[in-house]
Amino acid sequence: MFKKILIANRGEIACRVMKTAKLMGIKTVAVYSDADRDAVHVEMADEAVHLGPPPAAQSYLLIDKIIDACKRTGAEAVHPGYGFLSEREAFPIALEKNGLVFIGPNPKAIAAMGDKIESKKAAAAAKVSTVPGYMGEIRDGKHAVEIADGIGYPVMIKASAGGGGKGMRIAYNAREAAEGFELARSEAKSSFGDDRCFVEKFIENPRHIEIQVLGDKHGNVVYLHERECSIQRRNQKVLEEAPSPLLDEKTRKAMGEQAVALAKAVGYDSAGTVEFVAGQDRSFFFLEMNTRLQVEHPVTEMITGIDLVEQMIRVAAGEKLPFKQPDIKINGWAVESRVYAEDPFRNFLPSIGRLVKYRPPEEGRFGNVTYRNDTGVEEGGEISMFYDPMIAKFVTHAPTRLEAIDAQADGLDAFYIDGIAHNVPFISAVMHHPRWRSGKISTGFIKEEYPEGFKPRVPEGDELANLVAVAAAMDHNSNSRRRAITHQMSGQQVRFAKRRMVRIGDSERLVEVAGGNGNPTYVTWLKSDGTRGETREIESTWTPGEPVWRGKVGGKQVSVQVRPILNGCEVQYRGIKAPAYVYTEREAALAALMPVKEAPDLSKYLLCPMPGLVKAINVTEGQAVQAGDNLAIVEAMKMENILRAERDGVVKKINCKAGDSLAVDAVILEFVA
Amino acid sequence: MKEVIEELEKRRANARLGGGVARIDAQHKRGKLTARERIELLMDENSFEEFDTYVEHRCTEFGMEKTKVPGDGVVTGWGTINGRVVYVFAKDFTVMGGSLSETHARKMTKIQDMALKNRAPIIGLFDAGGARIQEGVDALGGYGEVFTRNVMASGVIPQISVIMGPCAGGDVYSPAMTDFIFMVRDTSYMFVTGPDVVKTVTNETVTAEELGGAKVHTSKSSVADGSYENDVEALLQMRRLMDFLPSNNRSGVPALPAADSADREDHSLDTLIPDNPNKPYDMKELILKVADEGDFFEIQEAFGKNMITGFARMEGRTVGIVANQPMVLAGVLDSDASRKAARFVRFCDCFEIPIVTFVDVPGFLPGTAQEYGGLIKHGAKLLFAYAEATVPKITVITRKAYGGAYDVMSSKHIRGDLNYAWPSAEIAVMGAKGAAEILYRADLADPEKIKARIDEYQRRFANPFVAAERGYIDEVILPHGTRRRICRGLNMLRNKTLENPWKKHDNIPL
Repeated sequence: MFKKILIANRGEIACRVMKTAKLMGIKTVAVYSDADRDAVHVEMADEAVHLGPPPAAQSYLLIDKIIDACKRTGAEAVHPGYGFLSEREAFPIALEKNGLVFIGPNPKAIAAMGDKIESKKAAAAAKVSTVPGYMGEIRDGKHAVEIADGIGYPVMIKASAGGGGKGMRIAYNAREAAEGFELARSEAKSSFGDDRCFVEKFIENPRHIEIQVLGDKHGNVVYLHERECSIQRRNQKVLEEAPSPLLDEKTRKAMGEQAVALAKAVGYDSAGTVEFVAGQDRSFFFLEMNTRLQVEHPVTEMITGIDLVEQMIRVAAGEKLPFKQPDIKINGWAVESRVYAEDPFRNFLPSIGRLVKYRPPEEGRFGNVTYRNDTGVEEGGEISMFYDPMIAKFVTHAPTRLEAIDAQADGLDAFYIDGIAHNVPFISAVMHHPRWRSGKISTGFIKEEYPEGFKPRVPEGDELANLVAVAAAMDHNSNSRRRAITHQMSGQQVRFAKRRMVRIGDSERLVEVAGGNGNPTYVTWLKSDGTRGETREIESTWTPGEPVWRGKVGGKQVSVQVRPILNGCEVQYRGIKAPAYVYTEREAALAALMPVKEAPDLSKYLLCPMPGLVKAINVTEGQAVQAGDNLAIVEAMKMENILRAERDGVVKKINCKAGDSLAVDAVILEFVA
Repeated sequence: MKEVIEELEKRRANARLGGGVARIDAQHKRGKLTARERIELLMDENSFEEFDTYVEHRCTEFGMEKTKVPGDGVVTGWGTINGRVVYVFAKDFTVMGGSLSETHARKMTKIQDMALKNRAPIIGLFDAGGARIQEGVDALGGYGEVFTRNVMASGVIPQISVIMGPCAGGDVYSPAMTDFIFMVRDTSYMFVTGPDVVKTVTNETVTAEELGGAKVHTSKSSVADGSYENDVEALLQMRRLMDFLPSNNRSGVPALPAADSADREDHSLDTLIPDNPNKPYDMKELILKVADEGDFFEIQEAFGKNMITGFARMEGRTVGIVANQPMVLAGVLDSDASRKAARFVRFCDCFEIPIVTFVDVPGFLPGTAQEYGGLIKHGAKLLFAYAEATVPKITVITRKAYGGAYDVMSSKHIRGDLNYAWPSAEIAVMGAKGAAEILYRADLADPEKIKARIDEYQRRFANPFVAAERGYIDEVILPHGTRRRICRGLNMLRNKTLENPWKKHDNIPL
């Protein structure tokens, strides 16, 4: 076994690999760019080697520097993680030349699976079910229509070198096929410098299901069952689970065996993933094979009990797989949420900056539920514009799917992040979405269920009651503390009304609060006729200033995120995000007299949608613009975002110039009203 | 007896209606509460005791003898906020527009006298139309009496003004002499002369909001210290503020039972200072992470944002926080920031509130605008205020402390009690680049030589150790232990005794 390995990656996956290496008694070497000097993966490693400036092309992608780092530190093998160099065949070749071991598949297998067309041919040859389609090169639009007619509509026209939705078109008839082909080809040319396209059957309401395979250098390959990753946003996976709620034993076995056949055909000798697209009727077709450890590998680990990183290291060192196919069982259900630095309230725009607060829920086994959080950041760390905006992968495991989902919901309630915008409110809301819970999902889930973008859930029923109880208890706690201030007038006891009007968002509830002061607090609902309704007992050790209220409400464990606002707090719970105020009855009556102010009309302004750098202002003061005109370009996360006019107007004033760095919501320019 | 009691009830009920139901409704329609409703929100439940409920004016000019309303346009009395005695007067806009008459002024001065005599804070709620013109000089005399008492009470008891409606002419000067002014957005404004007079005299066309609204006074003129969305929000925040303030200049700060432990460490502070010295960071994060429970009551949040001032608690006891804000103008000292901090420091010193200063200052802001605007004297105000302050003073230099600004920001040399520096501190006359370019002018043409010189200066002075070697810095501390150090320091300094030489008063460069 290796004594020391280098991890040619950063962030959570570098930390993940090191965790296993440490368990195996292997020393670890981290590499880092300038932007990651203080990163967790650097701290966690036994040694760390600096690579270069922040852009990946000048640091994490430099094969020579990584080989040099191995030599300097005496690392014998390299784990590439995912992304970066993980699927470049040149990397293992270069490592081998220098007498180093690549902890991943052999370069031939990478090459065989790297090209979309080649990999399909290989899959077809290995009798893997492939999507009906045309694998050869398409000459022109007419040819494309002929092929599409032959396959039957709808069809998808896709760039061979494509990915991330670029160079992809769906056609429902001949006309669309001809147009789509031209568009896909020109996009492919401009995005990838390679205009080859192919046509295939388009599966409606498809699901994304993939099989984890694991091979060794002795010709053994097994499959570790499936993962379903249908909840995606713009082809980016958001939620993953294992097993899939779609599959039955028969389909699972068929998919697994086909995946193994393909892996064997290409001489696969590490952990890899065979991706399939599946119809709701459990038909399935090969998509591609990923020759690396997947982001979502933890869900497979949770249900099989197999540490994939450990097996990758062992097979790389020449060991035989210690298990056979029948040994690999499915135990329970695992769900993974990808916590991204993306603002769900602003169409998931990326957000960068300092993690002012970062408090993920505690990891470990609680009853029959396990929490696992794969992360590469800590409080005070930075989400940098140079890399992937993923903050963490929060994984829960439980005996059943619904229990695992409920564990996600509970864990996400306590997942507290401040300083940057993040998608926790969104994934938290999805955990309560009936369609997700039913398992009747497809890759169109997010687009279909949130067509207008994401809005926080409206509190009602039991969730509202819990929030009312928690808000009232917090207020009660804080009042009793303020009542104990020094310098009080003697001879008068400060009294507080027991009746409180609790406002959560637009809902108001009248309650009576009792107890507290180290004892449980009791919140009793008062009905409009003055009679007493339900009472909930609240127990918590929460003190003001703690970002997450944890405690028991009516005997059930509840976590609510609380952010102070003037005279109240903003509560976040179960995908709900609302201001909470606790008033006396009199205060509430007077507050009701206060005018509701209309939000200022922001349509006259072009606001900066995210913190970023102004690359260009494309209009001048006094210029008339039409809806859709390119007004300005703001760069954030290395992405140039074109800001377009939402309606016709005349530019009144420009407030910044190219090169300025702007905060979110900064006014870039104003229009004549 | 029964009849007298009935008469009392009748009179009380009548007085409580102020200007009558129609006017109360009109007040509500404007988005404002009545004087008595406001007091109810401000004070502990049932703690308010009203004085002079039945006072009526004695004017007989212009038919005034026919319009008499008990209370005469102002509600006065006392009560408690979380059990602590507070005096209050609230202008009643429903009664003759809250205008000030001789008797109205007398009601106010009675309360002012009691507050001063009994050493308890006084809060004024303003919503009034100015002097009652029918009374002429009697009203002006009344104002004068109020002003004098504001001055006498200044520095003895906290005086707070909340502007909740119009406040113009003579009415503005009483708030102007109090410690803090807060305003309600969209419903309040303050000016010496209103838009009509402005139009006549200067031919300027301006609305009341543009001339003296909350936005103008919190962000431009700095007349107001904060603003709130509506009456309820403002008054509940005044309750919060009062929990930070001492009752008088001898009482010491109030204390709340602390839930936050004194030795809580925050390791995320170790990465607060970016590697790049020119990259800003948010000083408020440090304040919120160091203060008890992250509770910070900011004063003048919208003005001179390169300086942060406000109240927090350490182990339950109030402290005043003054900090440079690198996010705005790199935290530079300019006239606005200096004046803002100087006034705050003096408030804290008046009322025995210890001052904690966080320093990251690149110097004073250069330029004609600043020099013509009197930066020398404004900067001197802050220097003066810090130097004369005898309360416990703890200073933490987080990054830059350059030039004269180093001296000003509560340095050892102006009687700082505990002066700490983070390892990232750079205490020097100026930044390395500027210094090297002056010292080695001859090398300017050679970029390599000058770079070497800059590096040399950087190595020598861009650290806290030169200052620490001289004892100007008591200790170089790790960022994560900042709260613990400050809490310990404040406890150690609890019995600090320091007196300035006797003087009638000092002559701060106003």
